[in-house]
Amino acid sequence: MDWFKSLSNVLYVDLARKSYWVEPREDLFSRWLGGIGVATQLYKEEVSSKVDPLSPENVIIFTVGPLTGIYPLASKTIAVFKSPLNNYFAESHAGGRSALAIRFAGYGAIVIRGASERPIYVVIDDSRVRFRDATALWDMRSTETVGRILREVTPGSGHRAIMRIGRAGERLVRYASVVTETYRHFGRLGLGAVFGSKKLKALVVVGRRGFNVPDVSTYREVYNEIYELAVKSPAMKKYHDLGTAANVLALNSIKALPTRNFSSGVFELAGEVSGEKLAETVLARRVACAGCPTACIHIAALREPYPEEPYFYKIKFISYDHEPLYALATNLGIGSREGFLRLLDVVEEEGLDAISTGVILAWATEAYLNGLITEKELLTKLNWGDYESYIKVVRNIVLQPNEFYSTMALGVEEAARKYGGLEYALAFNKVEPAGYHTGPLYFVSLMIGSRHSHLDAGAYSLDQELLASKKQLPKPQEAVELIIEEESWRQVLTSLAICLFARGIYKPDVVVKCFKPLKVEYGVEQLKKLGREIWIEKQLIKRAEGFSPLSLRIPERILKTPTPLGNIDPEYIKEALKYYDLLVSLASKMR
Amino acid sequence: MVKRLVVLDVNKCVGCQLCMLACSRRFGVVGHSKSAIWVRSAGGFERGFTIVVCRACRDPPCARVCPVNALKARDGGGVILDISKCIGCGLCRESCDIGAVMWDYEVNKPVICTHCGFCTPFCPHNVLAVEEVV
Repeated sequence: MDWFKSLSNVLYVDLARKSYWVEPREDLFSRWLGGIGVATQLYKEEVSSKVDPLSPENVIIFTVGPLTGIYPLASKTIAVFKSPLNNYFAESHAGGRSALAIRFAGYGAIVIRGASERPIYVVIDDSRVRFRDATALWDMRSTETVGRILREVTPGSGHRAIMRIGRAGERLVRYASVVTETYRHFGRLGLGAVFGSKKLKALVVVGRRGFNVPDVSTYREVYNEIYELAVKSPAMKKYHDLGTAANVLALNSIKALPTRNFSSGVFELAGEVSGEKLAETVLARRVACAGCPTACIHIAALREPYPEEPYFYKIKFISYDHEPLYALATNLGIGSREGFLRLLDVVEEEGLDAISTGVILAWATEAYLNGLITEKELLTKLNWGDYESYIKVVRNIVLQPNEFYSTMALGVEEAARKYGGLEYALAFNKVEPAGYHTGPLYFVSLMIGSRHSHLDAGAYSLDQELLASKKQLPKPQEAVELIIEEESWRQVLTSLAICLFARGIYKPDVVVKCFKPLKVEYGVEQLKKLGREIWIEKQLIKRAEGFSPLSLRIPERILKTPTPLGNIDPEYIKEALKYYDLLVSLASKMR
Repeated sequence: MVKRLVVLDVNKCVGCQLCMLACSRRFGVVGHSKSAIWVRSAGGFERGFTIVVCRACRDPPCARVCPVNALKARDGGGVILDISKCIGCGLCRESCDIGAVMWDYEVNKPVICTHCGFCTPFCPHNVLAVEEVV
């Protein structure tokens, strides 16, 4: 099979009619590369601006890119959908085996339309698609069990991805995730709830095929070069050694580690939940996504005794990273590794986004301590560090036994609008933030970034570079330019569907070289221009959906707690938002 | 000197599957269709991995069951496939209890490990090696 022809195949799946078909879309893949570039265009075709994210009119789009499977670290799948958390165009990325499975099944994109009447799961096995009843899997307490069953009843072990939701997705918690290969997630912005609204319990993709590249000997050469870079670069070694959990102590030392709902940048127990300590005490295994040598996925073994019977234990394997450590440990004042792992395990079982869940728990703790909510709503007491209570609250967010919990399931913004404490409800365009309190550029990026994620532009690094170089803060307009430049280049990387951890390897000239064996010519400037175009496309979609940066709420808490770069001036953020708004208005008028 | 591919320590495998991809790359193919190695989870990523490679049997059952003599025993163990003779019946695959006879679904023929060792430099954790048969 020819590489480009198979990449251009878009598989359409209609859940209402239980039908599927393939359309060759060379038009999209030659113009927009793949990944986020193509997914954005498919979204434009499929979703009009007024669509309710939980209605059958919303779609789920998965894409991979032209380098997927071809080179190491091109191992990501891009999911695009309308977010039920904030009602805008949304994207979420994950690895596991999903990208290679989709690509080797012979597709560049999958578009899932409509909704099923009954719970189903869909099995894409190379060219066949099967719709199977998921009644027996529905309402199961653990996504791990669902994975275990699907492993046994579907074909393609080793060549397969099993993307599934937990009860959180079924019950439409707006920040429910989709779990793939037990430890990887389409975590942010509520893809799990969109699955749930479509009664789609799981999507299994099996890809056993292969395709030919035009210039085999150059391909082997370039592959070897990238492979050497991937296994020898210090940056990738960092991800392999301690993983992103290395950030806990690094951020704590510069007073940028969000603690107790961002009330401080220093956690006195950081040493107990650091990457170093976890590696020393509980790290059991490191695993990799298919097609990546790094093995950044760190898995802890938690040995728990059963209280009712002596010498009776269970061992659970739980993967940890910086973000869950921030959200479910430091930001909740939890300094117990066991407590953190047990809480994270429940979040995983239920299929929730760890970041959003942690931020909501932090708000609830403060609201409870301030008397805005009581035991009557919470059904428990709550205090910093009290992981047993947090576990109960997480279960209740999913089960929603009362009105308070039904509101908690909508996200921290909605909860605080109803119960108060908005000044310490951490959300940016309704999206709960990742774990950095590094400085103003980070928060500007969370507000103007396409998906309001730390990964849009990695601006926490820009703040840290400023700190290290002791340079003056750039003018807000310059900061916006810096952020957009980085975000635009990331559109290229995520259109190629390369893991962003490898951004230091896939520099523009390397990307150009990667295309040579495919007999495709790209220039560095051409790629950068394309990145900027994709960025603009996304901004315009959001604008058409009603996104108005000037009316964004700035949570007061981030202004009160000093960052390593000092206290943030709200005028700085407002100036930045104004400039961003101007840029997008100009782009919009040029259409 | 006859060599064979061996798994040194399966517990060090991280499941990246770069060995599988390397195996297909020998033929200029990107994918799994030409791979003679199979890495799968041992019941979920949480349990680690199973690596299936040809063990280079001295008296290989796959060759014994081949009705058209497409598989011949190799000196020192393992088999050599003459694909022009193969009729794609799949008996060889059924005869291998460890599942080391892979299948190329695109051409409906087996994929047989030649113990060339092309995959070994692409294992980032030195799980695979080629050793001399003694």
